[in-house]
Amino acid sequence: MAPALAWLTALMVVPCALILALGFFRRGTYGGIEYSFTLENFALLFDPLYAGIFLTSARVAGIATAIAVVIGYGAAYAITAAPRNRQPMLLFLAVLPFWSNYLIRTYAWIVLLNREGLVTQGLRMFGYEGEPPSLLYTEGAVIAGLVYNYMPFVILACYAPLSRLNPELAEASRDLGAGAFTTFRRVILPVTLHGVAAGAVFVFVLSIGNFITPALLGGGKFQMIGNLVYAQFLTANDWPFGAALSMALIAIMMVLLTVQARATERGSGQARGAADG
Amino acid sequence: MAERSLGVRRALGIHLALVFAFLYIPIAVLAALSFNEGGLPTAWTGFSTKWYTALLGNAEILGAAWNTLFVGLVSTLIATVLGTSLALGIETRARKGGAIEALVFAPMIIPDIVLAIALLSFFSLLNVPMGLHTIIVSHVVFNLAFVSAVVRARLKTFDWSVTEASRDLGGGAVITFRRVTLPLILPAVIAGALLAFTLSVDEFIIAFFTAGAGRDSTTLPMQIYAMIRFGVTPEVNALAVVVILVSVAAVTLAHRLNRGIVAP
Amino acid sequence: MSALLNIEGVTKRFGTVIALDRLTLDIRENEFFALLGASGSGKTTLLRMLAGFEVPEEGAIRLDGADISQVPPNRRPVNLMFQSYALFPHMTVHGNISYGLEMERLPKSEINARVGEILETTELAALAGRKPDQLSGGQKQRVALARALVKRPRLLLLDEPLSALDKKLRAAMQLELKRLQHEVGITFIVVTHDQEEALVMADRIAILRDGRIEQVGTPHELYEAPSSRYAADFIGLMNFIDEGGRTLAIRPERIAVFPSSADRTVAGRVVARAYHGLDLMLHVQTPIAPLALVVRVTADAADRRPVAEGDVVTLGWNAADVRTFAN
Repeated sequence: MAPALAWLTALMVVPCALILALGFFRRGTYGGIEYSFTLENFALLFDPLYAGIFLTSARVAGIATAIAVVIGYGAAYAITAAPRNRQPMLLFLAVLPFWSNYLIRTYAWIVLLNREGLVTQGLRMFGYEGEPPSLLYTEGAVIAGLVYNYMPFVILACYAPLSRLNPELAEASRDLGAGAFTTFRRVILPVTLHGVAAGAVFVFVLSIGNFITPALLGGGKFQMIGNLVYAQFLTANDWPFGAALSMALIAIMMVLLTVQARATERGSGQARGAADG
Repeated sequence: MAERSLGVRRALGIHLALVFAFLYIPIAVLAALSFNEGGLPTAWTGFSTKWYTALLGNAEILGAAWNTLFVGLVSTLIATVLGTSLALGIETRARKGGAIEALVFAPMIIPDIVLAIALLSFFSLLNVPMGLHTIIVSHVVFNLAFVSAVVRARLKTFDWSVTEASRDLGGGAVITFRRVTLPLILPAVIAGALLAFTLSVDEFIIAFFTAGAGRDSTTLPMQIYAMIRFGVTPEVNALAVVVILVSVAAVTLAHRLNRGIVAP
Repeated sequence: MSALLNIEGVTKRFGTVIALDRLTLDIRENEFFALLGASGSGKTTLLRMLAGFEVPEEGAIRLDGADISQVPPNRRPVNLMFQSYALFPHMTVHGNISYGLEMERLPKSEINARVGEILETTELAALAGRKPDQLSGGQKQRVALARALVKRPRLLLLDEPLSALDKKLRAAMQLELKRLQHEVGITFIVVTHDQEEALVMADRIAILRDGRIEQVGTPHELYEAPSSRYAADFIGLMNFIDEGGRTLAIRPERIAVFPSSADRTVAGRVVARAYHGLDLMLHVQTPIAPLALVVRVTADAADRRPVAEGDVVTLGWNAADVRTFAN
């Protein structure tokens, strides 16, 4: 295991530490790095322009997460309602698209949402004659792309606790006088909430740092943090600021993962061993 | 289940059907389009395989495909050896350290743009010339994490007493590994390798940042990105279908070998 | 005593398997009733039907005279204690117990009073703030019981209530359940596959077989006067002797070794001896049955006249102690 740990240290820990360090240096006059200490890059994160992009990213990621969780939880619930022997196949089919090329899956949405794309064609078929609706290069298109790409995560994360859910819990709730909706709200949802939390954190973290989806479906004007990082390294040539942006992403990710870990710990199903009898 | 009324069950069924439609219609549309003679989504002008033929005559695409295959195979090979040894190392340790867990989990959750620029900075500050080799060592980072996760999942249900039985019957450590442990975990190792290969073949951002400037280290996803970004040619639809089929084949095989790995 | 529950001609199929076959049964007010049967006998289906989780295809289930067979589980004055206990893992003991009362939209003060009362009765007051995963098996069982009892149902159903407990605790809980039933004055129907459990706890027992009632009676009736070979075999230990197209059945304690007087005697060889508590079980091979007859001898008797493996003994019994079944 030593070579593997060395590999991860040399090619992940060290580069990430390097990025952290880079955030504290100045940008050279002609790009490049000037090795003198500064906090300016981190201060710049709070500049209204960049803070705005953070907020946009958080909003888009938040909406995409919410939609993916609602639809994905429902899908996972539906899979657990199917006959036991068909569930593995359904789950496999739900996750299969996730394993195909991310770029291509996103590109498929360009085909659907283009000015003369499939959606417009569909509307025409039903007699629509006006201007083609502008669907592509909008925030909505980005959200659709993110939901499309990451929903399988939610299905997977929610299926695990739902399939382990003792069906007698729901029956007990009915037996004690609760209707179907109350049973869902007070028993099924709370008991499976850690799966929802795990799926949601994954979708949110991957969405807020996303680069491809906003670049392809959001068009040139639409920017999220990922695109900003990209630009600092490839066009604006301000590596120290790009490094600070990356660290901010990592910080958001760590906070969310910590919160989720706490939630899981407090959540159900974590046997702490029976107390004295 | 009895407590679910017929209405609820029907609603769940419809919901699931809609979700599957949502997941598969975009891909199905691409596939249909790749056989459209005219190549444009605006009108169906007849069935044709000419875009697939065009792929075979496109030297750029073939070169990128070769690069992708090379990167995928080499990085998978390295990652499989390292990832398996990592999994065995972690699972046979009496005390599992939180730091190691975090280190192994990190590559799966770090936004790839962050890992990509970190590696770019790292290589350029060390003045490492970049090309396919830098893509390979970078892909190994997340691939080895993946292989180790798959193998560890298998080891969680591994009955270690069989290795003790082998030692008891006179097998040394190496023989025990080669004749007992490895054959038992092999399906998981191969499944992990297949998934790692799929990830590597599809990976874009890290390859894009660590490929260096030369055109000769372009991989297929980089080629596809360029085609989508700067003028869509109908060939991209055919290419997309081929790439998806490769992934689906690898993932299905992995699923066959080791149920519960792709979708536990 | 009047019949509280009246099950009449109830039938239920799962696919081609018939789970309940025109089953008819009456259960009285304040009774501790046991449904005893092997797995697949239909006892669990019947219990789930009484709780409302299964609907009969034919027949009626009347509680206090009203047919409840189509009433959903949340609208029945019937509660079930689940085999897995099905405690809500995210709620405390108090939360679990108050849940059912909250569903009745009772005022908070009344809920708290009733929960407090049942916590006392079941000796759970000190654990009210704990979550289920902080409880032992026996404590969980009492919470599940309290959660169902607090609703003051007309009928309390218990699905294999003691199967998750270890042997020692099980014996204690059998008596505890009986005490509780007397105290709260609610009709209990318990499903079990354990005949000993049924004999200890129940006022009356129904033996189920293939979705039908094999026999209903008090524990004493079932033990002393089984109506069929199946019932005889199911309850307690029984020796069977096939003879002239009939089966004779006799309990091990009704066979005497070297009897002073007996209606019938037979010689045999002792092939095994085993101690069961104070008693000694002799396995005696005789010419009249392919299996060795089991004979229960008290330790005192064994001391008075020791018998060793390989000894030839004479066995004897009285005709009044033999049950005869036509084959």
